[in-house]
Amino acid sequence: MVEINKLALKIGGEAGYGIMGIGLIFAKLCMRSGLYAFMSHDYPSLIRGGHNTSHIRVEDNIVTSHIDTCDLLIALNKETIDLHKNELTLNGGIIYDGEEDKIANAEIRNDIRLFAVPLMKISREISGERILRNTIALGASVALFDIDLELLFNILKENFNKKGEKTVKMNIDAARKGYEFIKNNYKKEFRNKIVKKERKNLILLTGNEAISIAAIKAGLKFHCQYPMTPSSQILTYLSSKADDYGIVVLQLEDEISVINTALGASWTGARSMVATSGGGFCLMSEAFGLAGMVELPLVIIMGQRGGPATGLPTKSAQGDLQFVLHAAQGEFPRIVLAPGDVEECFDLTLEAFNLADKLQNPVLILHDVYLANNGKVIDLPNIQYSVDRGKIAKDEQLDSVKDYKRYEYNNNDCVVLRSLPGQKNGLYSCGSDEHDEYGQISEDPENRIKMMERRMRKLEYAKELIGNKMTKLHGSIDADITIIGWGSMKGRILEAMKYFEKDNIKVNFLQIISMSPFPVDIVNEILRKAGFIIIAEENFSGQLSGLITEHTTIEIKNKLLKYNGVPFSPSEIYDKIKSMYKK
Amino acid sequence: MTEIKDYTQGKITWCAGCGDFSILNAVKRAFVELNIQPENLAFTSGIGCSSKISYWTKAYGFSGLHGRGLQLALGAKLANRNLTVFSAAGDGDLLGEGVNHLIHTARKNIDVTLILHNNQVYGLTTGQKSPTSEKGFITISTPKGVVEDPLNPLLLALTSGSTFIARCFAGDLNHITKIIAEGIKHKGFSFIEILQPCVTYNYLNTYDYWKERCYDLQQNKYDFTNKEEAFKKMHEYGKKMPVGIFYKINKPSYEELFKQTKIPSYKHNIDNINIDKLFEEFR
Repeated sequence: MVEINKLALKIGGEAGYGIMGIGLIFAKLCMRSGLYAFMSHDYPSLIRGGHNTSHIRVEDNIVTSHIDTCDLLIALNKETIDLHKNELTLNGGIIYDGEEDKIANAEIRNDIRLFAVPLMKISREISGERILRNTIALGASVALFDIDLELLFNILKENFNKKGEKTVKMNIDAARKGYEFIKNNYKKEFRNKIVKKERKNLILLTGNEAISIAAIKAGLKFHCQYPMTPSSQILTYLSSKADDYGIVVLQLEDEISVINTALGASWTGARSMVATSGGGFCLMSEAFGLAGMVELPLVIIMGQRGGPATGLPTKSAQGDLQFVLHAAQGEFPRIVLAPGDVEECFDLTLEAFNLADKLQNPVLILHDVYLANNGKVIDLPNIQYSVDRGKIAKDEQLDSVKDYKRYEYNNNDCVVLRSLPGQKNGLYSCGSDEHDEYGQISEDPENRIKMMERRMRKLEYAKELIGNKMTKLHGSIDADITIIGWGSMKGRILEAMKYFEKDNIKVNFLQIISMSPFPVDIVNEILRKAGFIIIAEENFSGQLSGLITEHTTIEIKNKLLKYNGVPFSPSEIYDKIKSMYKK
Repeated sequence: MTEIKDYTQGKITWCAGCGDFSILNAVKRAFVELNIQPENLAFTSGIGCSSKISYWTKAYGFSGLHGRGLQLALGAKLANRNLTVFSAAGDGDLLGEGVNHLIHTARKNIDVTLILHNNQVYGLTTGQKSPTSEKGFITISTPKGVVEDPLNPLLLALTSGSTFIARCFAGDLNHITKIIAEGIKHKGFSFIEILQPCVTYNYLNTYDYWKERCYDLQQNKYDFTNKEEAFKKMHEYGKKMPVGIFYKINKPSYEELFKQTKIPSYKHNIDNINIDKLFEEFR
């Protein structure tokens, strides 16, 4: 039986072999064949050497996560076979260099098909070097899956165009040779096959790319950053678009400089953003509070990775939730949103810019390595967006105000008319000290109460503004099992939910998106009615679980926690929940 | 034309006799001289006695975090280059907490004027040593005297790439006014150190101490475009202390290198930005 339009491919080899590049090309190839895909990478924190893998899952429906099996393994070295041969499905195959890596029959399950392609030999024939082995192997896989070779040639052309005609030609030759080698030497059909679908308007995006594009759409005018995994791609992408979209994009000396510079720009009215990871956000924390105190909008992208300290720099984790919820001294409205997939990275970033302006407050988007770096084929977003800059003053508005008070007590509204430097009647002091209505330093206890209360009321207003985007309930309200999760766990929990169908167990999934303000009412309502409740998080202490208890007094007894740097797979979630589930 | 009172606000809490008073005066006089409208003035500062100057100047003031006032200025100038961006910092603020920002902002040559109130001691935290305290200076945190050599702010500004570097003494109001006006007029990063007695915590570097030592560089033949000369003069520290303009050269300023800063960021039309082209790359 040949499976049509459903497959998983893993490519493995030493860092520097072009593993991710080939993974991306394969994912695009499937997308252009009208199919959905999910592309994940696993790599260590180094540039050359060390084991890298790229995993691409392809289906006829949207694919939300990786899985821990593959149908075909491209092994660019022997280590890849040793490490991943047991991930192969029944009748799966391995493409490897039969002349370079010797495999003893006893090593491999006998249902597995071995495709020995002389990668090194062909590469040397074409280029005199070893660099084409990945493209040759890719051509071989295209033959096995019966994908349109012309599609591959097109992508190779686009991909290598910048490097010149010679490189394009060598890669096309390499792909063709790999393809032909399989067609000539292995006639028997492979277990999976791609049949082209007429599906248009698909795009392949990582979370970082979705965030960057959404920021541009939202009218980002000022972005600064210090490179740090997993958010660096935002800086590099925005830098490449800075001139076209009139954005100032800066790489600065450290994250303290980054956030303070962005606040200087925001003060004068630029829509501003910064992006970082946990270590960088530690440095930003003080100014996170400054933004809250002086009431300036700012969008902060905070990508989690394994901590503390340098921790696991390239591995996914959800260990910074409680940190960002408490970052900086004192109390101010901290707005923290956690998108669950590429689509939500896009939507929430758009939303974050309006929220920050309307609240005159920083808004933090919390993602992680899994979401930031992994690619997903999605339908082209249908964007309905209008920019709302909140209460930024027009000159006429200020003209009519006799005695402008930037920080007016205002009992009705927590957000005050905001002037921008350059406006005639809007002078004020933007002060990090507690201040009076004009922004002048004030330690008056009565004033302090009024200022604190007005600022903190923004949390309630934020609830109103975020509305039904604070949570999502996936599945029907009545279920045997309720899984709670957040962030990049979303895609994997959704996949795991499918596995329960055959067991006749009804499962729903409560996804929490707004971490602050916290959706107390809805979480209470859902959890108090729920049957078996389990939370799945990628941290040691169950940080969301603690947050739920803090707000609802509901204690989540069943916790599925992981913190070893290896992302949960859907089957792992399924197996563990099933073993813990008691009716 | 503007007047001094146009820039005046707030209830000042500096100690009587503090050098900051004359600095504030000079700053306002320079603004009057250049007729800078208060609404076009973005005045940033960090934290410390000196940094309160932005609260007490009627303008768009932003008193941010300790050591980070200069970064607010960098962001403000890039996002709206029509503003006159002015920044004030103390020696602890600029040379302790935020010294890296001085290095990296100076080398950008952003069109910002920075004044360093250098009183060689921590005032607001009640009298600890600062990065510019003289060796042997006894403070509550250095009961046996400061062990390190002091940092030379002018040399740091020079090697970091400032294109205008000057020094004044807080006892000479006219001179500070003139130098600050020159600094603001200079297109690029202007660094002005002001030697400022702290009447409460610095018993050593007093008004008399500086009056005895300071002499005006510009009274003799001196070529401020010569970097080596400037380097030499900046090392003169002791019985005689030069004040005036040490270094001044022309170089394109940072904000001019970005075509996107021609129009202030907030004036860009951001309704309906078309991103179809961006998606094309991901198909």
